[in-house]
Amino acid sequence: MPLMKPNTDVGIVGYGCYIPMYRLPAKEVTRIWNDGQGGVPIKEKAVGGPDEDTMTIGLEAARNALVRAQIDPQQIGAVWVGSESHPYAVKPTSTIIAEAIGATPATQGADWQFACKAGTETIQAGIGFVAGGMARYVLGIGADTAQGRPGDALEFTAASGGAAFVIGAAEESLAVFEATYSHVTDTPDFWRRPTTHYPSHGQRFTGEPAYFHHVLSAAQTIMAELGYTAQDFAYVILHQPNRKFPERAAAELGFEKEQWVTGLLSPVVGNTYAGASVLGLTAVLDIAQPGDKILCVSFGSGAGSDAFIINTTDRLPDKQKSAPTTQDYINRRIEIDYATYVRYRNKLKMH
Amino acid sequence: MTTEIARHWRLNSQRYQLVGEVCPKCGVKMFPPRDVCMECADDTRQPDFQFSGRGEVYSFTTVHNAPEGYQESAPYTVALVKLEEGPLITAQLTDVVNSEVEIGMPVEMVTRKLRAQGEEGVIIYGYKFRPRLAVAG
Amino acid sequence: MRDVSIIGIGQTPVGEHWGRSLRHLAYDAVAAAMRNANIERADALYVGNMLSGEISGQSHLGTLIADFAGLRGIEAVKVEAACASAAAAFRQAYIGVASGLQDIVIAVGVEKMTDDVGTQLSAGLAGAADADYEVIHGITFVALNALIMKRYMHEYNVAREDFAGFAINAHANAAANNNAMFQNPITKKDFVNCGVVADPVGLLDASPMADGAAAVILCPTEQAREFTDNAIRIKASALATDTLSVHDRRDPLWLQAAEDSSMRAYKQAGIGPEDIDFFELHDAFTIMAALSLEASGFAQRGHGTWLALDGEITPEGKIPISTRGGLKARGHPVGATGLYQIVEAAQQLRGEAGNNQIKNAALGMTQNIGGSGATIVTHIFERVNQ
Repeated sequence: MPLMKPNTDVGIVGYGCYIPMYRLPAKEVTRIWNDGQGGVPIKEKAVGGPDEDTMTIGLEAARNALVRAQIDPQQIGAVWVGSESHPYAVKPTSTIIAEAIGATPATQGADWQFACKAGTETIQAGIGFVAGGMARYVLGIGADTAQGRPGDALEFTAASGGAAFVIGAAEESLAVFEATYSHVTDTPDFWRRPTTHYPSHGQRFTGEPAYFHHVLSAAQTIMAELGYTAQDFAYVILHQPNRKFPERAAAELGFEKEQWVTGLLSPVVGNTYAGASVLGLTAVLDIAQPGDKILCVSFGSGAGSDAFIINTTDRLPDKQKSAPTTQDYINRRIEIDYATYVRYRNKLKMH
Repeated sequence: MTTEIARHWRLNSQRYQLVGEVCPKCGVKMFPPRDVCMECADDTRQPDFQFSGRGEVYSFTTVHNAPEGYQESAPYTVALVKLEEGPLITAQLTDVVNSEVEIGMPVEMVTRKLRAQGEEGVIIYGYKFRPRLAVAG
Repeated sequence: MRDVSIIGIGQTPVGEHWGRSLRHLAYDAVAAAMRNANIERADALYVGNMLSGEISGQSHLGTLIADFAGLRGIEAVKVEAACASAAAAFRQAYIGVASGLQDIVIAVGVEKMTDDVGTQLSAGLAGAADADYEVIHGITFVALNALIMKRYMHEYNVAREDFAGFAINAHANAAANNNAMFQNPITKKDFVNCGVVADPVGLLDASPMADGAAAVILCPTEQAREFTDNAIRIKASALATDTLSVHDRRDPLWLQAAEDSSMRAYKQAGIGPEDIDFFELHDAFTIMAALSLEASGFAQRGHGTWLALDGEITPEGKIPISTRGGLKARGHPVGATGLYQIVEAAQQLRGEAGNNQIKNAALGMTQNIGGSGATIVTHIFERVNQ
């Protein structure tokens, strides 16, 4: 059986998200690069301010997760941050967050990298770490301040945001992992070499052989192995680089709109990369009822997908409002123009 | 590139978590921590005290001519924030429309980049304050 | 303790001295003061300066100035207390003479601001505030004053235009001072319509930074007659400190160090504020002028601007201030400013203030502020003759 299923049940003790307040409408990008002509893949994307980066985004999400978890941060045995935009090439983001939440020094800190699925990897590894008794809690974070090359198709969607999860024993959890599965191959659909600022991508190659193959394979495998069909799930969250891909993949998997609409944030938030599928998950957890079954599938270029089946528990309702919800952050919104965006995201050449 | 590392590193708990002190003798809460109580001059070791990060704007102004290292975010608003536990603290306001700030505005602490030491240097993170997040009931 | 007097004064014009360096400006003021006192040697030199290290890359200023002023071998040291450096250096000179350890002592304040025209200058000035808890947050010197002024206006229901009198008076007085940087009068309309630097501080609330040097020669009063028949006696000298940062003050709207130093000075002199004929205060910003008047006993708390509104700060008023232009219009070469104030007070008491002369001036007070009220030096001077 290819699934990863721990011997002891493990779940989510606390979760939290963060989305910056600035929004760049996609029509601003077409205004600058295409005379305002042509369609746009989403309505708008979230943009971090000049003082925000993956650390600050991950930290606020982590603080919200801790408010919901109500645990002693000293009992967090690992702080893991997945991102493709760590503030340093060398020097961990995780130690800064661990220090700021009071988890240091007796904790494991590491930064993870696998394009847009770096966040779900921290959760997957955290399940194993907790189930194996290596730590009472693991803090797993996916956050990004994704950058698209000016004028590139990715510029419409590359966005900032993140989510954090305190992984712990099932008895303490607001949702329990039933199983997880990871599907990876060497598929170079999107990449960035160490000294370049913007990533490159394989245009239409990012579709069928990359996103759809991995997302669908991971989802189909985990469902089939456990004998589930789409009808068994209250919600599904798929990695969301735009609006079209996850909608089409959800339909191919047999899901209906009411199952995917809650967790599809890319139309109003953009693609937050390592934050994308996990932000969809926090949006679902914000409104789910106890006993709901959730399918969450990430996708990371290069390429792979992590699939999770999660069942919510009676502990969830009390936790939902104890920290700001995903919708609270979506509602906090200031529209900016392309010039402000260029300034905030460090695209102005100053020297 | 400047390499002011230890100067900032030793303040991590203050900058990230607003850890100050409470005087064991007179009970006054202080930020930043001091070796000698600012009210009663008691100099016994003072226990740490973590401030909630909630407060209100006591005064504010907007800096247009930013000093070296701060031009990126100019114009920005700096404020004296009255913490709910008592002390005043100097900090930038963030996630705010400069023209909408007013005295008495409730704010909360967030951790943001204070400055970067060039493209190659260390990033200094620390407290800033923003308008309290509107949370749906 | 010996009684001490000023026997010589000297100054350079305040402005942009592109061709003169730190050492030459200091020499100009020292040489002028020595000529004025008819002396050729001295026992010690105290140099007030704030920014030589940051802006000119020059530390060790006492020795440099002594060397280039032709005083090699003399005891010399720099005194630094941000914008209060010069008055603090003067007080060290006073202590040297009063103690009996030194007889003829030179105090010079010098600042060379224009050697840096970029952001280093604003970073250097910010060094007067708390580096770890104020400056790291991108605060500037103007911003600190703006924070105080904004809260002051809020708390005491004062409008920005109520501060206009301070700037108008300073500019009017500077018109008759050849050493002043801005010798142009301004109107209330100019004040109200000027550009904003850091709300509510406008361009005309703030003093201009510039180069300059000013010096005085001190000696025991009993020897003063050997040098001059126009000696000015130091009736009181007091320096007080407050918290370095504005946020740590019990009341950010009250200059406790001004109250402390002025009350000590009044006590030493055996007088009260009502006896003072003119007051050279530290109007680096209009708000500082108001706060200084309040804490030094000339106005009630929150009423500092009333004196300006009522015209009581003009040469004909109850308490003339900035009689030769003040920091606002004479200019503010930061670490030299305290000695400009003292030189100007001496001019008034000698009757050498020309068109700015305050009639029958017998007792004058100066107050030099370092930071936003962290170090405050108050002196009271008296005419010796008549």
